[in-house]
Amino acid sequence: MHPAFSVLIFTITSGAGYGLLGWLSANELFALWPLSIMAKITIGITAMVLISVGLSASTWHLANRKNAWRSFSGFRTSWLSREAVFAIVLYPVAAMYAAGLYFGWPYIGLWSGLCLLLCLVIVFVTSMIYASLKTIPQWHTPLVPTLYLLFAIMSGGLAWAIMLTWNGLDITNFNQSLALIVAVTASVKLGYFIWFRLPATSSIQSATGFTQHRVSLLDAGHSAPSFLNKEFMFDVEQVKLVRLRWVMFIATFVIPLSVLYWIPTSMTLLGAWLVMMAGLLIERWLFFAEARHVVRLFHGQQKV
Amino acid sequence: MKLGLAIDLDTCVGCHACATACKQWNTSGAIGPLTDENPYGKDPDGAWLNRIRTFEIDASPHSKTVNMPLSCMHCEDAACVTVCPTGASYKRSEDGIVLIDQDRCMGCNLCSWACPYGARELDPGSGTMKKCTLCIDRIYDQQLPENERQPACVITCPTQSRVFGDYDDPDSDVSKLNRQRGGKQLMPELGYNPVNTYLPPRNPIQQEQGGSVLGKVKHIVNRIIKR
Repeated sequence: MHPAFSVLIFTITSGAGYGLLGWLSANELFALWPLSIMAKITIGITAMVLISVGLSASTWHLANRKNAWRSFSGFRTSWLSREAVFAIVLYPVAAMYAAGLYFGWPYIGLWSGLCLLLCLVIVFVTSMIYASLKTIPQWHTPLVPTLYLLFAIMSGGLAWAIMLTWNGLDITNFNQSLALIVAVTASVKLGYFIWFRLPATSSIQSATGFTQHRVSLLDAGHSAPSFLNKEFMFDVEQVKLVRLRWVMFIATFVIPLSVLYWIPTSMTLLGAWLVMMAGLLIERWLFFAEARHVVRLFHGQQKV
Repeated sequence: MKLGLAIDLDTCVGCHACATACKQWNTSGAIGPLTDENPYGKDPDGAWLNRIRTFEIDASPHSKTVNMPLSCMHCEDAACVTVCPTGASYKRSEDGIVLIDQDRCMGCNLCSWACPYGARELDPGSGTMKKCTLCIDRIYDQQLPENERQPACVITCPTQSRVFGDYDDPDSDVSKLNRQRGGKQLMPELGYNPVNTYLPPRNPIQQEQGGSVLGKVKHIVNRIIKR
Protein backbone atom coordinates (compact mmCIF):
# COMPACT_ATOMS: atom_id res chain seq x y z
CA MET A 1 0.00 0.00 0.00
CA HIS A 2 1.30 3.42 -0.86
CA PRO A 3 1.95 5.24 2.45
CA ALA A 4 0.15 8.57 2.41
CA PHE A 5 2.37 10.91 4.42
CA SER A 6 -0.60 12.90 5.69
CA VAL A 7 -2.22 9.75 7.12
CA LEU A 8 1.03 8.82 8.87
CA ILE A 9 1.28 12.27 10.48
CA PHE A 10 -2.39 12.09 11.41
CA THR A 11 -2.24 8.78 13.28
CA ILE A 12 0.95 9.41 15.26
CA THR A 13 0.32 13.06 16.13
CA SER A 14 -3.32 12.70 17.07
CA GLY A 15 -2.50 9.38 18.77
CA ALA A 16 0.00 11.12 21.04
CA GLY A 17 -2.50 13.94 21.61
CA TYR A 18 -5.32 11.58 22.57
CA GLY A 19 -2.91 9.69 24.80
CA LEU A 20 -1.80 12.84 26.59
CA LEU A 21 -5.38 14.03 27.03
CA GLY A 22 -6.28 10.57 28.28
CA TRP A 23 -3.54 10.67 30.91
CA LEU A 24 -4.64 14.16 31.98
CA SER A 25 -8.25 12.98 32.33
CA ALA A 26 -7.22 9.83 34.18
CA ASN A 27 -5.17 11.95 36.56
CA GLU A 28 -8.25 14.04 37.24
CA LEU A 29 -10.48 11.03 37.79
CA PHE A 30 -8.11 9.07 40.03
CA ALA A 31 -6.28 12.01 41.68
CA LEU A 32 -2.83 10.59 40.98
CA TRP A 33 -0.57 13.65 40.87
CA PRO A 34 -1.12 17.15 42.24
CA LEU A 35 -1.05 19.77 39.49
CA SER A 36 -2.11 23.38 39.46
CA ILE A 37 -5.15 24.36 37.45
CA MET A 38 -3.10 26.40 34.98
CA ALA A 39 -0.71 23.48 34.51
CA LYS A 40 -3.63 21.16 33.70
CA ILE A 41 -5.12 23.66 31.28
CA THR A 42 -1.73 24.13 29.58
CA ILE A 43 -1.29 20.37 29.21
CA GLY A 44 -4.83 20.09 27.88
CA ILE A 45 -4.17 22.79 25.31
CA THR A 46 -0.94 21.07 24.25
CA ALA A 47 -2.86 17.84 23.76
CA MET A 48 -5.59 19.59 21.76
CA VAL A 49 -2.95 21.25 19.56
CA LEU A 50 -1.42 17.85 18.82
CA ILE A 51 -4.87 16.43 18.09
CA SER A 52 -5.85 19.34 15.85
CA VAL A 53 -2.61 19.20 13.86
CA GLY A 54 -3.23 15.50 13.34
CA LEU A 55 -6.85 15.94 12.29
CA SER A 56 -6.02 18.71 9.82
CA ALA A 57 -3.23 16.52 8.41
CA SER A 58 -5.79 13.80 7.77
CA THR A 59 -7.68 16.05 5.36
CA TRP A 60 -4.62 16.69 3.17
CA HIS A 61 -4.86 13.30 1.45
CA LEU A 62 -8.43 13.91 0.30
CA ALA A 63 -8.68 14.39 -3.43
CA ASN A 64 -11.97 16.30 -3.20
CA ARG A 65 -11.79 18.13 0.11
CA LYS A 66 -14.88 20.25 -0.46
CA ASN A 67 -17.07 17.24 0.36
CA ALA A 68 -15.21 16.41 3.57
CA TRP A 69 -18.04 17.84 5.68
CA ARG A 70 -20.24 15.02 4.44
CA SER A 71 -18.05 12.46 6.19
CA PHE A 72 -20.26 12.54 9.30
CA SER A 73 -23.20 10.98 7.51
CA GLY A 74 -21.91 7.40 7.22
CA PHE A 75 -21.86 6.88 11.00
CA ARG A 76 -24.03 3.79 10.91
CA THR A 77 -21.62 1.69 8.88
CA SER A 78 -18.33 3.47 8.32
CA TRP A 79 -15.49 3.52 10.86
CA LEU A 80 -14.01 6.60 9.21
CA SER A 81 -17.28 8.41 9.68
CA ARG A 82 -17.43 7.33 13.33
CA GLU A 83 -13.91 8.65 13.83
CA ALA A 84 -14.88 12.01 12.34
CA VAL A 85 -17.96 12.28 14.57
CA PHE A 86 -16.22 11.34 17.81
CA ALA A 87 -13.25 13.59 17.02
CA ILE A 88 -15.57 16.57 16.68
CA VAL A 89 -17.56 15.61 19.79
CA LEU A 90 -14.33 15.66 21.81
CA TYR A 91 -13.84 19.41 21.29
CA PRO A 92 -16.86 20.64 23.29
CA VAL A 93 -16.26 17.95 25.93
CA ALA A 94 -12.64 19.04 26.36
CA ALA A 95 -13.78 22.67 26.45
CA MET A 96 -16.23 21.85 29.23
CA TYR A 97 -13.47 20.06 31.13
CA ALA A 98 -11.21 23.12 30.78
CA ALA A 99 -14.03 25.46 31.81
CA GLY A 100 -14.76 23.24 34.79
CA LEU A 101 -11.13 23.47 35.86
CA TYR A 102 -10.99 27.23 35.36
CA PHE A 103 -14.28 28.04 37.10
CA GLY A 104 -13.91 25.34 39.73
CA TRP A 105 -17.02 23.29 38.99
CA PRO A 106 -17.80 20.50 41.48
CA TYR A 107 -18.58 17.65 39.04
CA ILE A 108 -15.32 17.86 37.11
CA GLY A 109 -15.08 14.05 37.27
CA LEU A 110 -17.95 13.80 34.77
CA TRP A 111 -16.17 15.85 32.10
CA SER A 112 -12.76 14.30 32.65
CA GLY A 113 -14.31 10.84 32.60
CA LEU A 114 -16.08 11.60 29.32
CA CYS A 115 -12.80 12.95 27.94
CA LEU A 116 -10.94 9.78 28.88
CA LEU A 117 -13.64 7.57 27.39
CA LEU A 118 -13.74 9.58 24.17
CA CYS A 119 -9.96 9.48 23.79
CA LEU A 120 -9.91 5.71 24.05
CA VAL A 121 -12.91 5.36 21.75
CA ILE A 122 -11.41 7.66 19.12
CA VAL A 123 -8.09 5.78 18.99
CA PHE A 124 -9.95 2.46 18.80
CA VAL A 125 -12.25 3.69 16.05
CA THR A 126 -9.31 5.11 14.06
CA SER A 127 -7.58 1.74 14.18
CA MET A 128 -10.76 -0.01 13.05
CA ILE A 129 -10.71 1.95 9.80
CA TYR A 130 -7.74 -0.22 8.89
CA ALA A 131 -8.50 -3.38 10.86
CA SER A 132 -11.99 -3.78 9.40
CA LEU A 133 -10.69 -4.27 5.85
CA LYS A 134 -10.79 -7.93 4.85
CA THR A 135 -8.88 -7.14 1.70
CA ILE A 136 -5.65 -6.37 3.56
CA PRO A 137 -4.83 -9.47 5.63
CA GLN A 138 -1.90 -7.78 7.41
CA TRP A 139 -4.36 -5.30 8.93
CA HIS A 140 -7.29 -7.59 9.58
CA THR A 141 -6.44 -8.62 13.14
CA PRO A 142 -7.37 -7.54 16.69
CA LEU A 143 -3.65 -6.86 17.18
CA VAL A 144 -4.00 -3.66 15.15
CA PRO A 145 -6.46 -1.85 17.46
CA THR A 146 -4.48 -3.21 20.42
CA LEU A 147 -1.28 -1.72 19.05
CA TYR A 148 -2.90 1.62 18.20
CA LEU A 149 -4.22 1.93 21.76
CA LEU A 150 -0.89 0.91 23.25
CA PHE A 151 1.00 3.38 21.04
CA ALA A 152 -1.36 6.18 22.10
CA ILE A 153 -0.98 5.28 25.79
CA MET A 154 2.79 4.96 25.40
CA SER A 155 3.51 8.15 23.42
CA GLY A 156 0.94 10.10 25.40
CA GLY A 157 2.37 8.70 28.62
CA LEU A 158 5.89 9.81 27.78
CA ALA A 159 4.60 13.30 26.92
CA TRP A 160 2.72 13.25 30.25
CA ALA A 161 5.94 12.33 32.08
CA ILE A 162 7.69 15.31 30.44
CA MET A 163 4.83 17.60 31.54
CA LEU A 164 5.08 16.28 35.11
CA THR A 165 8.83 16.93 35.31
CA TRP A 166 8.31 20.46 33.91
CA ASN A 167 5.93 21.01 36.80
CA GLY A 168 8.58 19.93 39.25
CA LEU A 169 7.06 16.59 40.27
CA ASP A 170 9.08 13.53 41.16
CA ILE A 171 8.21 10.76 38.75
CA THR A 172 10.62 7.96 39.67
CA ASN A 173 7.81 5.45 40.16
CA PHE A 174 5.97 6.60 37.06
CA ASN A 175 9.12 6.20 34.97
CA GLN A 176 9.21 2.55 35.94
CA SER A 177 5.52 2.06 35.10
CA LEU A 178 6.05 3.82 31.78
CA ALA A 179 9.07 1.61 31.08
CA LEU A 180 6.78 -1.36 31.68
CA ILE A 181 4.21 0.05 29.25
CA VAL A 182 6.92 0.50 26.61
CA ALA A 183 8.10 -3.07 27.20
CA VAL A 184 4.57 -4.46 26.92
CA THR A 185 3.97 -2.53 23.68
CA ALA A 186 7.28 -3.80 22.29
CA SER A 187 6.25 -7.38 23.10
CA VAL A 188 2.88 -6.99 21.39
CA LYS A 189 4.65 -5.52 18.35
CA LEU A 190 6.99 -8.51 18.28
CA GLY A 191 3.96 -10.77 18.55
CA TYR A 192 2.51 -8.95 15.54
CA PHE A 193 5.65 -9.72 13.51
CA ILE A 194 5.28 -13.37 14.43
CA TRP A 195 1.56 -13.35 13.53
CA PHE A 196 2.57 -11.87 10.15
CA ARG A 197 3.97 -15.24 9.18
CA LEU A 198 0.58 -17.00 9.23
CA PRO A 199 -0.27 -18.67 5.91
CA ALA A 200 -2.25 -16.72 3.32
CA THR A 201 -5.94 -17.37 2.72
CA SER A 202 -6.36 -15.86 -0.73
CA SER A 203 -4.40 -17.02 -3.72
CA ILE A 204 -4.27 -16.29 -7.42
CA GLN A 205 -6.24 -19.52 -7.87
CA SER A 206 -9.17 -18.29 -5.80
CA ALA A 207 -8.92 -14.87 -7.46
CA THR A 208 -9.21 -16.22 -11.01
CA GLY A 209 -11.46 -19.19 -10.31
CA PHE A 210 -8.95 -21.76 -11.64
CA THR A 211 -8.55 -23.49 -8.33
CA GLN A 212 -7.13 -26.77 -9.67
CA HIS A 213 -4.35 -25.32 -11.79
CA ARG A 214 -1.15 -23.35 -11.72
CA VAL A 215 -1.92 -19.76 -12.60
CA SER A 216 0.43 -16.95 -13.49
CA LEU A 217 -0.02 -13.49 -14.94
CA LEU A 218 0.89 -13.18 -18.60
CA ASP A 219 -0.14 -9.60 -19.28
CA ALA A 220 -1.54 -6.91 -17.01
CA GLY A 221 -3.51 -5.35 -19.86
CA HIS A 222 -1.98 -1.89 -19.70
CA SER A 223 1.50 -0.59 -20.47
CA ALA A 224 1.45 2.41 -18.15
CA PRO A 225 0.80 2.35 -14.40
CA SER A 226 -2.72 2.97 -13.26
CA PHE A 227 -4.24 4.14 -10.00
CA LEU A 228 -4.25 0.53 -8.83
CA ASN A 229 -0.52 0.16 -9.49
CA LYS A 230 0.35 3.37 -7.68
CA GLU A 231 -1.86 2.71 -4.69
CA PHE A 232 -1.47 -1.05 -4.16
CA MET A 233 1.65 -2.22 -5.97
CA PHE A 234 3.93 -0.15 -3.76
CA ASP A 235 6.98 -2.35 -3.36
CA VAL A 236 10.10 -1.90 -1.33
CA GLU A 237 12.99 -4.34 -1.30
CA GLN A 238 12.79 -6.81 1.55
CA VAL A 239 16.29 -5.85 2.73
CA LYS A 240 15.24 -2.23 3.19
CA LEU A 241 12.09 -3.27 5.04
CA VAL A 242 14.00 -5.41 7.49
CA ARG A 243 16.54 -2.64 8.09
CA LEU A 244 13.72 -0.15 8.70
CA ARG A 245 12.11 -2.56 11.15
CA TRP A 246 15.31 -2.59 13.19
CA VAL A 247 15.55 1.22 13.14
CA MET A 248 11.89 1.49 14.10
CA PHE A 249 12.23 -0.92 16.99
CA ILE A 250 15.29 0.82 18.41
CA ALA A 251 13.84 4.32 18.04
CA THR A 252 10.36 3.50 19.30
CA PHE A 253 11.16 1.14 22.16
CA VAL A 254 14.83 0.62 22.98
CA ILE A 255 15.97 4.25 23.23
CA PRO A 256 12.94 5.53 25.25
CA LEU A 257 13.14 2.46 27.52
CA SER A 258 16.83 3.06 28.19
CA VAL A 259 16.29 6.77 28.86
CA LEU A 260 13.38 6.02 31.21
CA TYR A 261 15.36 3.44 33.11
CA TRP A 262 18.76 5.13 33.39
CA ILE A 263 18.74 8.88 32.70
CA PRO A 264 15.22 10.28 33.13
CA THR A 265 15.69 14.04 33.27
CA SER A 266 13.26 16.47 31.69
CA MET A 267 15.57 17.22 28.74
CA THR A 268 16.44 13.58 28.00
CA LEU A 269 12.77 12.59 28.29
CA LEU A 270 11.90 15.22 25.68
CA GLY A 271 14.63 13.86 23.43
CA ALA A 272 13.36 10.33 24.00
CA TRP A 273 9.82 11.43 23.10
CA LEU A 274 11.00 12.99 19.84
CA VAL A 275 12.95 9.85 18.99
CA MET A 276 9.87 7.78 19.83
CA MET A 277 7.70 9.90 17.53
CA ALA A 278 10.23 9.47 14.72
CA GLY A 279 10.21 5.73 15.41
CA LEU A 280 6.40 5.72 15.34
CA LEU A 281 6.47 7.53 11.99
CA ILE A 282 8.67 4.74 10.61
CA GLU A 283 6.37 2.16 12.21
CA ARG A 284 3.35 3.72 10.50
CA TRP A 285 5.20 3.86 7.18
CA LEU A 286 6.04 0.17 7.53
CA PHE A 287 2.42 -0.57 8.46
CA PHE A 288 1.47 0.67 5.00
CA ALA A 289 4.51 -0.53 3.06
CA GLU A 290 4.27 -4.10 4.39
CA ALA A 291 0.53 -4.33 3.70
CA ARG A 292 -0.42 -6.48 0.73
CA HIS A 293 -3.87 -5.87 -0.74
CA VAL A 294 -5.62 -8.86 -2.37
CA VAL A 295 -5.90 -6.95 -5.66
CA ARG A 296 -2.21 -7.77 -6.10
CA LEU A 297 -3.38 -11.30 -6.95
CA PHE A 298 -4.73 -9.85 -10.20
CA HIS A 299 -1.33 -8.25 -10.83
CA GLY A 300 0.44 -11.58 -10.62
CA GLN A 301 1.16 -12.18 -6.95
CA GLN A 302 0.62 -15.83 -6.08
CA LYS A 303 -0.62 -15.57 -2.51
CA VAL A 304 -1.74 -12.79 -0.21
CA MET B 1 -33.74 -7.47 -9.76
CA LYS B 2 -30.12 -8.45 -9.47
CA LEU B 3 -28.49 -7.02 -12.57
CA GLY B 4 -25.05 -8.18 -13.52
CA LEU B 5 -22.80 -9.63 -16.17
CA ALA B 6 -21.75 -13.14 -17.10
CA ILE B 7 -18.32 -13.14 -18.75
CA ASP B 8 -17.28 -16.08 -20.88
CA LEU B 9 -13.61 -16.83 -20.34
CA ASP B 10 -13.71 -19.38 -23.14
CA THR B 11 -14.35 -16.84 -25.90
CA CYS B 12 -12.76 -13.65 -24.61
CA VAL B 13 -9.79 -12.83 -26.82
CA GLY B 14 -8.47 -9.88 -24.81
CA CYS B 15 -9.08 -7.33 -27.55
CA HIS B 16 -9.98 -4.53 -25.07
CA ALA B 17 -12.99 -3.43 -27.16
CA CYS B 18 -15.07 -3.44 -23.98
CA ALA B 19 -12.59 -1.14 -22.25
CA THR B 20 -12.59 1.23 -25.22
CA ALA B 21 -16.38 1.24 -25.51
CA CYS B 22 -16.72 1.85 -21.78
CA LYS B 23 -14.30 4.75 -21.92
CA GLN B 24 -16.12 6.21 -24.91
CA TRP B 25 -19.55 5.91 -23.33
CA ASN B 26 -18.29 7.46 -20.13
CA THR B 27 -16.99 10.62 -21.76
CA SER B 28 -20.42 11.80 -20.69
CA GLY B 29 -23.24 10.20 -18.76
CA ALA B 30 -23.82 9.29 -15.16
CA ILE B 31 -20.29 9.72 -13.86
CA GLY B 32 -19.04 12.42 -16.17
CA PRO B 33 -15.83 12.32 -18.18
CA LEU B 34 -13.09 9.88 -17.35
CA THR B 35 -9.92 11.92 -17.17
CA ASP B 36 -6.98 11.43 -19.48
CA GLU B 37 -3.77 13.07 -18.35
CA ASN B 38 -0.90 13.15 -20.81
CA PRO B 39 -2.53 10.60 -23.13
CA TYR B 40 0.13 10.94 -25.82
CA GLY B 41 2.94 11.84 -23.48
CA LYS B 42 5.55 9.99 -21.53
CA ASP B 43 3.60 9.22 -18.35
CA PRO B 44 -0.04 8.81 -19.23
CA ASP B 45 -2.45 8.79 -16.35
CA GLY B 46 -6.19 8.85 -15.93
CA ALA B 47 -9.13 6.62 -15.22
CA TRP B 48 -10.64 3.78 -17.18
CA LEU B 49 -12.95 1.20 -15.80
CA ASN B 50 -12.41 -2.22 -17.29
CA ARG B 51 -9.15 -4.06 -16.76
CA ILE B 52 -8.54 -7.05 -18.99
CA ARG B 53 -5.75 -9.15 -17.55
CA THR B 54 -4.29 -12.21 -19.22
CA PHE B 55 -3.37 -15.27 -17.22
CA GLU B 56 -1.54 -18.43 -18.15
CA ILE B 57 -3.13 -21.56 -16.71
CA ASP B 58 -0.75 -24.46 -16.11
CA ALA B 59 2.67 -24.62 -17.68
CA SER B 60 3.86 -25.07 -21.22
CA PRO B 61 3.15 -27.22 -23.29
CA HIS B 62 -0.24 -27.78 -21.67
CA SER B 63 -0.84 -24.15 -20.89
CA LYS B 64 -3.96 -22.16 -21.69
CA THR B 65 -4.19 -18.41 -22.08
CA VAL B 66 -7.22 -16.92 -20.39
CA ASN B 67 -8.22 -13.28 -20.74
CA MET B 68 -10.11 -11.96 -17.75
CA PRO B 69 -11.97 -8.67 -17.99
CA LEU B 70 -12.32 -7.25 -14.49
CA SER B 71 -14.81 -4.56 -13.68
CA CYS B 72 -17.14 -3.92 -10.77
CA MET B 73 -18.86 -7.09 -9.60
CA HIS B 74 -21.79 -5.19 -8.02
CA CYS B 75 -21.40 -7.41 -4.97
CA GLU B 76 -24.41 -8.27 -2.87
CA ASP B 77 -22.43 -7.67 0.31
CA ALA B 78 -20.39 -4.73 -0.95
CA ALA B 79 -17.89 -3.50 1.61
CA CYS B 80 -17.21 -0.44 -0.55
CA VAL B 81 -20.70 0.75 0.39
CA THR B 82 -20.20 -0.02 4.08
CA VAL B 83 -16.93 1.85 4.49
CA CYS B 84 -17.86 5.02 2.63
CA PRO B 85 -17.98 7.86 5.19
CA THR B 86 -19.88 10.37 3.06
CA GLY B 87 -22.55 7.99 1.80
CA ALA B 88 -21.40 8.59 -1.77
CA SER B 89 -21.11 4.87 -2.41
CA TYR B 90 -24.51 3.18 -2.49
CA LYS B 91 -26.19 0.02 -3.76
CA ARG B 92 -29.56 0.44 -5.40
CA SER B 93 -32.22 -1.78 -3.89
CA GLU B 94 -34.29 -2.01 -7.07
CA ASP B 95 -31.60 -3.49 -9.29
CA GLY B 96 -28.52 -4.03 -7.15
CA ILE B 97 -26.25 -1.70 -9.08
CA VAL B 98 -23.49 -0.12 -6.95
CA LEU B 99 -22.90 3.52 -7.81
CA ILE B 100 -20.85 6.49 -6.65
CA ASP B 101 -22.59 9.81 -6.18
CA GLN B 102 -20.10 12.23 -7.72
CA ASP B 103 -21.52 15.15 -5.73
CA ARG B 104 -20.74 13.49 -2.40
CA CYS B 105 -17.47 11.68 -2.91
CA MET B 106 -14.49 13.26 -1.15
CA GLY B 107 -11.84 11.07 -2.73
CA CYS B 108 -10.55 9.42 0.45
CA ASN B 109 -9.78 6.13 -1.38
CA LEU B 110 -11.18 3.96 1.42
CA CYS B 111 -13.64 2.24 -0.94
CA SER B 112 -10.80 1.26 -3.27
CA TRP B 113 -9.02 -0.28 -0.28
CA ALA B 114 -12.17 -2.24 0.57
CA CYS B 115 -12.66 -3.57 -2.97
CA PRO B 116 -10.80 -6.84 -3.59
CA TYR B 117 -11.26 -6.65 -7.36
CA GLY B 118 -9.71 -3.25 -8.01
CA ALA B 119 -12.98 -1.96 -9.43
CA ARG B 120 -12.70 1.58 -8.12
CA GLU B 121 -10.24 4.18 -9.33
CA LEU B 122 -9.54 7.71 -8.29
CA ASP B 123 -10.07 10.08 -11.17
CA PRO B 124 -7.16 12.54 -10.98
CA GLY B 125 -9.14 15.27 -12.72
CA SER B 126 -12.32 15.31 -10.66
CA GLY B 127 -10.82 14.02 -7.39
CA THR B 128 -13.67 11.53 -7.01
CA MET B 129 -13.82 7.77 -7.29
CA LYS B 130 -15.09 6.25 -10.52
CA LYS B 131 -16.29 2.73 -11.27
CA CYS B 132 -18.41 0.68 -13.62
CA THR B 133 -22.01 1.91 -13.47
CA LEU B 134 -23.37 -1.06 -15.46
CA CYS B 135 -24.22 1.71 -17.95
CA ILE B 136 -27.18 2.73 -15.83
CA ASP B 137 -27.68 5.67 -18.15
CA ARG B 138 -28.03 3.26 -21.09
CA ILE B 139 -30.13 0.46 -19.68
CA TYR B 140 -32.98 2.70 -18.58
CA ASP B 141 -32.79 5.16 -21.48
CA GLN B 142 -36.18 5.10 -23.22
CA GLN B 143 -34.78 7.05 -26.18
CA LEU B 144 -32.62 4.08 -27.18
CA PRO B 145 -34.11 1.14 -29.08
CA GLU B 146 -34.85 -1.88 -26.87
CA ASN B 147 -31.92 -4.00 -28.03
CA GLU B 148 -29.43 -1.18 -27.33
CA ARG B 149 -30.43 -0.81 -23.70
CA GLN B 150 -27.45 -2.85 -22.56
CA PRO B 151 -24.03 -1.85 -21.22
CA ALA B 152 -21.67 -0.52 -23.88
CA CYS B 153 -19.14 -3.29 -23.22
CA VAL B 154 -21.78 -6.00 -23.81
CA ILE B 155 -22.93 -4.59 -27.15
CA THR B 156 -19.42 -4.01 -28.44
CA CYS B 157 -17.84 -7.37 -27.63
CA PRO B 158 -16.95 -8.98 -30.98
CA THR B 159 -17.02 -12.53 -29.58
CA GLN B 160 -20.17 -11.97 -27.49
CA SER B 161 -18.30 -12.95 -24.36
CA ARG B 162 -20.19 -10.53 -22.14
CA VAL B 163 -23.84 -11.15 -21.32
CA PHE B 164 -26.05 -8.77 -19.36
CA GLY B 165 -29.15 -9.74 -17.46
CA ASP B 166 -31.04 -10.26 -14.24
CA TYR B 167 -29.73 -13.01 -11.97
CA ASP B 168 -32.97 -12.97 -10.01
CA ASP B 169 -34.84 -14.15 -13.10
CA PRO B 170 -34.13 -17.87 -13.56
CA ASP B 171 -34.95 -17.67 -17.29
CA SER B 172 -32.61 -14.80 -18.16
CA ASP B 173 -29.55 -15.42 -20.30
CA VAL B 174 -27.14 -14.86 -17.44
CA SER B 175 -28.96 -17.26 -15.11
CA LYS B 176 -29.10 -19.95 -17.77
CA LEU B 177 -25.42 -19.56 -18.66
CA ASN B 178 -24.49 -19.56 -15.01
CA ARG B 179 -26.30 -22.87 -14.50
CA GLN B 180 -25.14 -24.56 -17.70
CA ARG B 181 -21.49 -23.52 -17.58
CA GLY B 182 -20.96 -23.50 -13.83
CA GLY B 183 -20.19 -19.79 -13.47
CA LYS B 184 -17.67 -18.90 -10.79
CA GLN B 185 -17.41 -16.01 -8.39
CA LEU B 186 -13.96 -14.55 -7.91
CA MET B 187 -12.42 -14.69 -4.42
CA PRO B 188 -15.58 -16.08 -2.78
CA GLU B 189 -13.71 -16.70 0.50
CA LEU B 190 -13.84 -12.97 1.28
CA GLY B 191 -17.61 -13.11 1.57
CA TYR B 192 -18.46 -10.18 -0.72
CA ASN B 193 -20.83 -12.33 -2.81
CA PRO B 194 -20.05 -10.79 -6.21
CA VAL B 195 -22.95 -10.83 -8.66
CA ASN B 196 -20.87 -11.03 -11.86
CA THR B 197 -19.95 -14.59 -12.71
CA TYR B 198 -17.13 -15.86 -14.87
CA LEU B 199 -17.89 -18.82 -17.11
CA PRO B 200 -14.90 -21.15 -17.19
CA PRO B 201 -13.57 -22.55 -20.47
CA ARG B 202 -15.77 -25.32 -21.85
CA ASN B 203 -13.13 -27.95 -22.52
CA PRO B 204 -11.33 -28.64 -19.28
CA ILE B 205 -7.56 -28.65 -19.50
CA GLN B 206 -6.63 -32.24 -20.14
CA GLN B 207 -3.78 -33.88 -18.43
CA GLU B 208 -1.63 -35.62 -20.99
CA GLN B 209 -2.56 -39.30 -20.96
CA GLY B 210 0.32 -41.74 -20.97
CA GLY B 211 1.93 -42.57 -24.31
CA SER B 212 0.21 -45.93 -24.30
CA VAL B 213 -2.22 -46.91 -27.03
CA LEU B 214 -4.92 -47.73 -24.47
CA GLY B 215 -4.50 -44.28 -22.98
CA LYS B 216 -4.90 -42.64 -26.39
CA VAL B 217 -7.99 -44.71 -27.23
CA LYS B 218 -9.54 -43.83 -23.89
CA HIS B 219 -8.79 -40.18 -24.57
CA ILE B 220 -10.53 -40.22 -27.96
CA VAL B 221 -13.53 -42.14 -26.65
CA ASN B 222 -13.87 -39.66 -23.75
CA ARG B 223 -13.88 -36.73 -26.15
CA ILE B 224 -16.49 -38.31 -28.39
CA ILE B 225 -18.73 -38.99 -25.43
CA LYS B 226 -18.34 -35.43 -24.17
CA ARG B 227 -19.33 -33.98 -27.55
